[in-house]
Amino acid sequence: MSSYDLNQAPLRDLNRALHALRPDTNETHWTITGPDGRHAIAVGLDAPISVEIEGNVGYYCAGMNKLASVVINGNAGVGVAENMMSGFVHVRGDVSQSAGATAHGGLLVVDGNAGARCGISMKGIDIVVKGSIGHMSAFMAQAGTLTVLGDAGEALGDSLYEARLYVRGSVKSLGADCIEKEMRDEHREQLYAKLQAAGLAGEVSPSEFRRYGSARRLYHFNVDNAGAY
Amino acid sequence: MCGIVGLFLKNPDLEPRLGSLLSTMLETMTGRGPDSAGFAVYGAGGAGVKLTLRGADRASLADAVAHLESRLGRGVEAVARDTHTVIDVPAALEGDVRGFLGAEAPGIDVVSAGRRMEIYKEVGLPAAVAARFDLAGMTGTHGIGHTRMATESAVTTNGAHPFSTGIDECLVHNGSLSNHNDMRRRLEREGLTFATKNDTEVAAGYLSWRMREGASLKQALESSLSDLDGFFTFVVGTETGFAVVRDPIACKPAVMAETDDYVAFGSEYRALVGLPGIASARVFEPEPAKVYAWERH
Repeated sequence: MSSYDLNQAPLRDLNRALHALRPDTNETHWTITGPDGRHAIAVGLDAPISVEIEGNVGYYCAGMNKLASVVINGNAGVGVAENMMSGFVHVRGDVSQSAGATAHGGLLVVDGNAGARCGISMKGIDIVVKGSIGHMSAFMAQAGTLTVLGDAGEALGDSLYEARLYVRGSVKSLGADCIEKEMRDEHREQLYAKLQAAGLAGEVSPSEFRRYGSARRLYHFNVDNAGAY
Repeated sequence: MCGIVGLFLKNPDLEPRLGSLLSTMLETMTGRGPDSAGFAVYGAGGAGVKLTLRGADRASLADAVAHLESRLGRGVEAVARDTHTVIDVPAALEGDVRGFLGAEAPGIDVVSAGRRMEIYKEVGLPAAVAARFDLAGMTGTHGIGHTRMATESAVTTNGAHPFSTGIDECLVHNGSLSNHNDMRRRLEREGLTFATKNDTEVAAGYLSWRMREGASLKQALESSLSDLDGFFTFVVGTETGFAVVRDPIACKPAVMAETDDYVAFGSEYRALVGLPGIASARVFEPEPAKVYAWERH
């Protein structure tokens, strides 16, 4: 196991060391202490390793992640797991805005609440938030799933494409072209699989959720839709 | 961009450390604002009104104070710190003092007035600004600070925050307002005066006006949400109060920490890591369009 204290050694050296790892590396478990809100910790990972961060991180933590599993034992700032391609990111605290933004794959689990714009422009990531999410979440989301055990803020799923949004609590308002849709068996199965991946199988029933998705009226600009903007 | 910080102490035992804690917070925000920095500190109360004066250098400020003493025919208690000097004058004489300074002391500005508040701001890196005024050596109950990355107007001391438009009232701002010209005209009709064309000064003036009309700090900030248009995270101080609000879209970042000993604000969590007991503090992101306010009792 490799340990790294960011109060003792530079963050750039840590990221450089993580980037140098080969896919078959034996250094598969890293523990990082003293994050103290620093930005861009453990970004751009591209190896099947596990990284555990003890404390609160700043912006873009685990951004662009591929294959790696990153656990943050604290809160995360703006853009955690942004543009993740694959792998797993688990935040045990709260996250700020734009969590999982533009991410193509992988799983992001947030134990606490997420701020505004959670999953903005997501392109295939699965996000599970155990608390609530802020306004403008899943804005222009294209693919993937966003599962929220708590409530959603204003303008959920504005200008949404094909991402699926599952919310257990209340939704303050839906964004343009986002509508509630029927929960069919295929959706309950998909949601169960996501809850299971997040370690929540048996704790939360898919039947407690409502599904939201695109009404597909805004795919192409039509002047008749101008009122919806 | 800009960085803002604030620290409001609940535990009097921390008051001797206010300046040193605030200066660490301010310096950590250098990356967000390296052009100028400023801070307000609520320290010991003066006998009368404390006026913070700013001049080109110590000598011109000393001349201005000497001139003031001869005009008033009495001594004036003055504490000099680099380009700023705090004078303590009887409240009844504040108008005369401002008149003499305005007419007869060119190049000397009154930055703030307060029973307890002092404001210092200058161009330069936050660490240099904090050192020039010995922020680390200051004591008090609460303070706010700002590091500026100038995007819309020149790097000048006049454009640096905090702005003060009322006794013991000050405000720092991250963002930009779009209806400040109209609001400035409306406030001028209400009798407020402004020293700059800066949008943030208008926000400070707006709150001063609301509070003058009887609103509490919290109520004034709540009404600002509908009357001020633009991007903003505000941190505001009054003699006994400390408050935070973000615009409804929450464009600008904000993190808060609260313990039994203090409430702290930072544009980023990094600014808070030097605070005592931060590891066990309640750390949270203030919600958009929600006013968070604390009062000392």
